[in-house]
Amino acid sequence: MVLKCTSHFTAMNTKSLVSISDLSRDEILSLLETARKFEARPNRRLLEGKVVATLFFEPSTRTRLSFETAVNRLGGRVIGFSDASNTSTSKGETLKDTIKMVSNYADLIVMRHFLEGAALYATEVTDVPIINAGDGAHQHPSQTMLDLYSIYKTQGTLENLTITLVGDLKYGRTVHSLIMAMKYFNPTFRFVACKELDMPEEYKAFCRDNGIKYTDHTDFSPEVINTSDIIYMTRVQRERFADIMEYERVKDLYNLNNAMLADARDNLRILHPLPRVNEIAQDVDDNPKAYYFEQARNGLYARQAIICRSLGIEVND
Amino acid sequence: MTSISKAELAVAALRNGTVIDHIPSEVLFKAVKILGIEKVKSAVTIGNNLESKKLGHKGIIKVADVYFPETTLNRIALIAPSAVVNIIRDYEVVEKFPVTLPDTILGLVKCGNPKCITNNEPMRTCFHVVDRDDVTISCHYCSHTVKSAEAQIIQI
Repeated sequence: MVLKCTSHFTAMNTKSLVSISDLSRDEILSLLETARKFEARPNRRLLEGKVVATLFFEPSTRTRLSFETAVNRLGGRVIGFSDASNTSTSKGETLKDTIKMVSNYADLIVMRHFLEGAALYATEVTDVPIINAGDGAHQHPSQTMLDLYSIYKTQGTLENLTITLVGDLKYGRTVHSLIMAMKYFNPTFRFVACKELDMPEEYKAFCRDNGIKYTDHTDFSPEVINTSDIIYMTRVQRERFADIMEYERVKDLYNLNNAMLADARDNLRILHPLPRVNEIAQDVDDNPKAYYFEQARNGLYARQAIICRSLGIEVND
Repeated sequence: MTSISKAELAVAALRNGTVIDHIPSEVLFKAVKILGIEKVKSAVTIGNNLESKKLGHKGIIKVADVYFPETTLNRIALIAPSAVVNIIRDYEVVEKFPVTLPDTILGLVKCGNPKCITNNEPMRTCFHVVDRDDVTISCHYCSHTVKSAEAQIIQI
């Protein structure tokens, strides 16, 4: 089966970022390079006179603060809402009408919505560029960009890496998007999960169609850990299980603690989209291989780069 | 020009109009719905569970004095890729062609994902064909995939 990449009906709104699959290999590398420049110097007045709307129909503290910080550090102004309950949406206004209204005021719209496909639909009703900050369980491309930047920064390359994805591989949109973005860089994936949360067949088919090597594992073994360049941990959520006994059986199988990293490669880094619960023990935090807090900070630079791309702003060193 | 077969005449002879043949029996009424046959004012004959060498059992739709646009006929390829259209003029088959599945299917299929934007906004659905072999389609908006035989057809 072919996994269809999301594409726009028209080229009208090409500066939007709805899905990671909107980006070519060159565009991904260019965004990483721009993110690097922002890490070196985050405060630049590139958005002087620009207004960015952050429309969060679904609350998300981390993503919203990261985008708003990015705009503020670039000298732009932010309008918007962090909870749709105080807006016309609660009175029954359609998404189309909200987007058309906000388009009159803003140069760029950053939106998170609980419905899947909302951001793509928004690009069809406005000429203002849209950045998808998450549409339900579907796409969250700025998270993928910060993951890619974290991998690139810690490994010095995106090419030929062995990446181990652990935990909830069935519902975790971050791991799905990461696979799609890595298709350009000849990765080897290890999927470590119980059968209830195994990587969906459509993503395995995507790997096969794109010549991406992968292996399946139910055991988070030393062999897997010690041959990885990146371990990407995710949270196993209780609500995903129909059978609570099954959850109890598997919930601790995919936890990582410091002792498990004793023989890991020097270049190994542990990533996690956060929030973590107990899948990474507190004793890992002080290990130099733990990278999840820096990873979150990279979100700022990645989002600054994405914002500038959408507004057609060139970023110099 | 070829004459229409006696087996088909057994259902009803048609002077002018369209015959859609080789529809799998189980999707015949879905095909009726997709074509909007309910609204047709001229004579309509629907046959089902007729013997078929190709399909075992088949359905057939005969609509007098109506020539559907090809784009409309091709919409039934979603559920009946084996269907064959016969254009009849003065009792003769003047044109015969199989239906062809378009790359994009607009406003026909309801997305099976309740959290899809198309189920929550007054908007037209859009699906892309991602696999022609087993006729799998994917929602343009939420990427939810469904085998066409299981696709929910929107009430027209």
